[in-house]
Amino acid sequence: MSKDSVISAQALDLTFQTNDGPVHALKNVSLDIDRGDFISFIGPSGCGKTTFLRCIAGLEVSTGGHLTVNGQTTDEARRSRSYGYVFQHAGLYPWRTIGGNIRLPLEIMKLSKSEQKDRVEHTLKLVDLEGFENKFPWQLSGGMQQRASIARALSFNADILLMDEPFGALDEIVRDHLNEQLLQLWRQTNKTIVFVTHSIPEAVYLSTKIVVMSPRPGRITDIIDNPLPVERPLEIRDTSEFLEIAARVRQGLREGHSYD
Amino acid sequence: MIRNAFPILIVLFSIFCIWIVAVAPMNFKIALDQLERQKEEVFPATSPERRNVSVVILMFQNSKYIKASYNLERPRLPTPKQVANEIWKTTGKMAIKGRAWSKRSLIYHGWVTLKSTFFGFALGVSIGLLGAISIVYFRVADLSLMPWAIISQTIPIVALAPMIIVLSSQIGIDNRDVPKAIISAYLCFFPVLVGMVKGLRSPEISQIDLLKTYNASGKDTFFKLRLPASVPFLFTSLKVGIAAALVGTIVGELPTGAINGLGARILIGDQFGTPLAIWASLFIAALLAGVLVTTIGILQKITLKQMGLEA
Amino acid sequence: MWVVIFISVWLVGWGINIVLANSSKVAPHFRNIGVPLIFGITILILWEIIVQGLSVSPVILPAPSLVISTFMASVDVLWVDFVQTVVKGAIRGFLIGAVAAFFIAIIIDRSSFLTRGLLPIGNFFSALPIVGVAPIMVNWFGFDWQSKAAVVVIMVFFPILVNTVQGLKATDTLQRDLMKTYAASYYQNLFLLRLPAAMPFIFNGLKIATTMALIGAIVAEYFGSPTRGMGFRISTGVGSLDIDLVWAEIFVAAIVGTLFFGLMTWGERKITFWHASQREK
Repeated sequence: MSKDSVISAQALDLTFQTNDGPVHALKNVSLDIDRGDFISFIGPSGCGKTTFLRCIAGLEVSTGGHLTVNGQTTDEARRSRSYGYVFQHAGLYPWRTIGGNIRLPLEIMKLSKSEQKDRVEHTLKLVDLEGFENKFPWQLSGGMQQRASIARALSFNADILLMDEPFGALDEIVRDHLNEQLLQLWRQTNKTIVFVTHSIPEAVYLSTKIVVMSPRPGRITDIIDNPLPVERPLEIRDTSEFLEIAARVRQGLREGHSYD
Repeated sequence: MIRNAFPILIVLFSIFCIWIVAVAPMNFKIALDQLERQKEEVFPATSPERRNVSVVILMFQNSKYIKASYNLERPRLPTPKQVANEIWKTTGKMAIKGRAWSKRSLIYHGWVTLKSTFFGFALGVSIGLLGAISIVYFRVADLSLMPWAIISQTIPIVALAPMIIVLSSQIGIDNRDVPKAIISAYLCFFPVLVGMVKGLRSPEISQIDLLKTYNASGKDTFFKLRLPASVPFLFTSLKVGIAAALVGTIVGELPTGAINGLGARILIGDQFGTPLAIWASLFIAALLAGVLVTTIGILQKITLKQMGLEA
Repeated sequence: MWVVIFISVWLVGWGINIVLANSSKVAPHFRNIGVPLIFGITILILWEIIVQGLSVSPVILPAPSLVISTFMASVDVLWVDFVQTVVKGAIRGFLIGAVAAFFIAIIIDRSSFLTRGLLPIGNFFSALPIVGVAPIMVNWFGFDWQSKAAVVVIMVFFPILVNTVQGLKATDTLQRDLMKTYAASYYQNLFLLRLPAAMPFIFNGLKIATTMALIGAIVAEYFGSPTRGMGFRISTGVGSLDIDLVWAEIFVAAIVGTLFFGLMTWGERKITFWHASQREK
């Protein structure tokens, strides 16, 4: 465990008991995530990437091994609101305006009204949704709703951002745009981002480290340090370095029998 | 199912216990009145003196008489045993003696109510179905009928019940079956209408468009897509509908002059001051409601299973 | 002669409605109110024509014009009845029943054991002809408005309870997980997420309850009432063949029922403005 690691997993195990026998969602997963990393988890369904994210968030309980967040147990980390979580669907409350939705965690954490106002303004600017504060979710497109959901996750200034296939339900053009914006956001705010995806280009484009996982049992097949520079225009996806890394990811997936 | 049976049984058992415990305080003042008339020693001795004393204090001061609360002929709250006895007296016992269909048997009266409920239900379901089909297929029906259907339910049919009975007797229809069926149908058509409209409109646009690419006729679209899609909605509203039809029948039996049916027995029990008859009829009515709704539930399971909609 | 008028009115009314319904040039708001209104007015006119044309005795079926004139003439009696039945009986019973059902639903919701035990029983009781307990309530609470309110409380309690419990269960996993990531307390969860999400269900129950409330109050009066009240006036009016007064009472009942239901619908639109069913065009 390095001094700068923010999330540390050691021999993590999660076995579900089902009617058809035990399911090893996670087996012997060991990983350190450092401060300021942008780390992507990629793999097919059933490889455990979402399960691992949920373990970090304290939404699932492991059946073996250790997992600490900021040096605390996952439950303590959850209760001290150490991270923001972004789901695959925006899940905004239709009875609140966009501003109201971003205020939701701030109300729960009992911030003052003026502090709430400032934070809402700040995060709306960060995700480029200025002017939409008083609109309702159904008046916004899918991409915009997802941006609002990211704003909501940023509003209480947690150091860690956990994202579970946040752009999976959007079309490719919107997705590209949001990828760019997310990178920019990361550079601006210096947060530690843990990102789950099943798109190889997205994983390679966004992250500093790529973790390849495979199913049955859910395990890590490869951890790739991304040598690409931090400043990355979208066009970098056509370069040969990019394609090399993507090929290595694909190799890892094949070795984990993900394509079987 | 088993997992759910246990909490239900515990709750039912608790309700049963509370019922038994509640009999004593509910009946105590009447019991003391009766004992006073029988020249027993009661404290305080006269009824006017007792009126403002709380039941709890009375029970403490006259605790040897608590048992009497459980045996009154005209209790405010009968014990479960008394209700069960009354039901048995007017059903099973009469059946054994071969008098199941006598005018005093709850089997007879239950059957009268049941018959009317079926008529009302059939009428209401037909109106509901026809209405739903016209609303879905004709814009003019959608706009004109739907608001009035909603308003019809906000008009308390019970206000119309005596009216309908008088009207039909004036027209020459002597027995009460027709007006009762009308009242039943009035209460039951609306859930069926609303449910069927939702059901007939439930197929997705892509499914309707697919049939258009086959150049399917309107009849085909109705019988092959809309009707099967509406079956789950139909059964849910049938359950609500049959309960409503039963309520309608009993309401139709309540206005003065009714002599047959469970509602009539309740009325007569009230007029003659025999509360046990009221309780017995209510329990039989509840039993009927349970049986009817469960029957539809079973039909629902069988039908949906055949259609592959339920495992 | 009147047959001709009858048929022509019918055709004209129907015709106007068909044109209105199918034309695309009419504003939707105007059309949604206009068509049912014309339908209703046509029926009233046809009713009037039939009664006049067939010379139906007012004892069997009075004409709308006679009902309206009786209504005007008897406003004081109708008002007294209204206060007795609706204000004292139905509305008080409705409020008590609704508040009780709401709080008990929240209590039940805290325990999955209680929910599994009480919800099926609640469903069963909503199907029962609760009106039948009216004579027992009169026995327990006397002739006056208390027994009527008691009947209304019981009738209104179960639909609201069942619908509220279902509404509280209706939040999806994603929403509940999000609340967990905020480490929200039980009460924060309840007030910020589950109650707003339950509102469509709660209003569904409330709308059912408004119709039950009026039915309960009126039927309870058939079983004994001080010499006032809508149910009382209707049952004695039928007996003494005071049919136009009966119809006037029915008219009042219709208006009250519609207003009550309309109030609930208005509240629904304001509070659940966000729900898909309220946003449908």
